[in-house]
Amino acid sequence: MKLIATPWQTVGPFFHIGCTQLDRANLTAHDKSAITIEGRILDGDGKPVPDAMIEIWQANAAGRYPTEEEVESFRGYGRVATDAEGRFRFRTIKPGRVPFADSRQQAPHLAASILMRGLLKRLVTRMYFPDEPANAEDPVLSLIDSNRKGTLIAKPVGAGHLSWDVVLQGNGETVFFDL
Amino acid sequence: MKRAPLQPLITLPQTVTELTGPQFSPADLTGSGCDLTRNGPLGERVIVSGRVLDEDGRPVRRTVIEAWQANAAGRYLHENDQHDAPLDPNFTGCGHAFTDDEGRYRFVTIKPGAYPWRNHFNAWRPSHIHFSLFGPAFATRLVTQMYFPGDALLEFDPIFNSVQDAEARARLVSAFDWETTIPETALGYRFDIVLRGTDETPMEESAR
Repeated sequence: MKLIATPWQTVGPFFHIGCTQLDRANLTAHDKSAITIEGRILDGDGKPVPDAMIEIWQANAAGRYPTEEEVESFRGYGRVATDAEGRFRFRTIKPGRVPFADSRQQAPHLAASILMRGLLKRLVTRMYFPDEPANAEDPVLSLIDSNRKGTLIAKPVGAGHLSWDVVLQGNGETVFFDL
Repeated sequence: MKRAPLQPLITLPQTVTELTGPQFSPADLTGSGCDLTRNGPLGERVIVSGRVLDEDGRPVRRTVIEAWQANAAGRYLHENDQHDAPLDPNFTGCGHAFTDDEGRYRFVTIKPGAYPWRNHFNAWRPSHIHFSLFGPAFATRLVTQMYFPGDALLEFDPIFNSVQDAEARARLVSAFDWETTIPETALGYRFDIVLRGTDETPMEESAR
């Protein structure tokens, strides 16, 4: 017998009270290969969202997701609340490629959840890497109209530094997924 | 508030990215844990307990639950909460628990007060506790709110009623429970949480 899943409710304006201890802005201890991913969450008026939470989940450099046994080495998990300017910042490593549902490989990517007051459920999206040849054959990117693919691909802003803005609504709206 | 996407969501087949997810251990968390009443806050002491299950009724084991709530006067310990109700120096409103091998969890806390939120004229949130769960995979993430049975404000609350399906909405309301009520100490409320499943073929119990 299937049970009915408990429905989502908004995270509300005060999630910082309960959701701070598991925040992780720095995913890696290895400074050599570390990259900074920085961006803003913007609403339909282009205004920064100062009360959002963003979570990321990614594979390690070899394209493996951490299992419970491996959590000490690379946990692949990050979470921060946006600041007053709607900004978030993670320090992490570029993940390797992971398999798709069929025999194809996915391009390196981060999965992201975005939660905030005013949204009943989280928004699910992905961030891909610029100058990555594998993007051209990525099975998920291939599901998306070419004029919107760019919303999922970060922009280089310097050595080891990427910028990725999430636009919630309207012009340049980021692609969001239904799982 | 222009926060909801206007474009349709794109259906994403679940891949290893969505079928795995972050795991936490008690060492990742400190603080009041599952007893939010340790410092003796004012209010009606309650025990909120239940099981975390997947859609097939299997327990979700050793998974973390983050919880936050207003105090008995309906005030959150948060700089953005301007409600003119007293803070309680003995209550942070923040806790966490891990499920056991049967998916059971248990919080000791106080019943939160109703809370005005200015969404419309005379807008009051019913008493509620926020819960955040990760479950075994990225796809099983859940953030929700638990309500108390018989709350007169439920039928007027746009957030509770944003869940269209009545049966699903009923899942958000805890049940008064004699079994977990402790004489002379605290009322018990039962709240089972069902995480959505993944499309993955179920694993053997022993492999979980």
